[in-house]
Amino acid sequence: MSYTDKIKEVIDGSDVAIFMKGTPAFVMCGNSDRALQALRRAGAPVTAVDVLPDPQIRQELQAISGWPTIPQVFVKGELVGGADIVEELEQSGDLEQTLREKLGDGYAASRDEKTVALA
Amino acid sequence: MSTQPLRQLLESAFPDATELDVIDRTGGGDHFQVVVTAPSLAGLSLVEQHRRIYEALSGPLADGTIHELRIKTKGAA
Repeated sequence: MSYTDKIKEVIDGSDVAIFMKGTPAFVMCGNSDRALQALRRAGAPVTAVDVLPDPQIRQELQAISGWPTIPQVFVKGELVGGADIVEELEQSGDLEQTLREKLGDGYAASRDEKTVALA
Repeated sequence: MSTQPLRQLLESAFPDATELDVIDRTGGGDHFQVVVTAPSLAGLSLVEQHRRIYEALSGPLADGTIHELRIKTKGAA
């Protein structure tokens, strides 16, 4: 069984996707938490995928993105980065600017947070 | 792993670096912070800058000697 199609569907079909260890309700890794908190501070609507249920999810995600670490954050299908970049962009204000450009000025109104299970 | 092999990999990947540091964050030899400032990173997005770091450290990342990596890059001289 392959996750690649489902992973691509989440990346391309979500305003903001985060592939993380754990879920927003139960984060299992400090770096995933750093990225998630930065997204929340920026008011981003978040679609989260837990990579832990099957190691194959992470392998196939890495093959798609070419990014070797977790978390990975995508906005409208484009890789924004991992925890360090997302934090840095949030602190400089660039994250909010990117979200406004790609999602529109009212992006923070929904503050939607959902979790998609792949496995 | 000590910080020295990682430093050497980064030094050969970024011979122009004006700032280059590897810190063992926990003392356990597997959680590292790297800092690289190099003119060769100028004009690249943060994603592309971090990709260069990952490429330079692909060996120790792939074999698991780096369990966690924090990256801080700058393109300025």
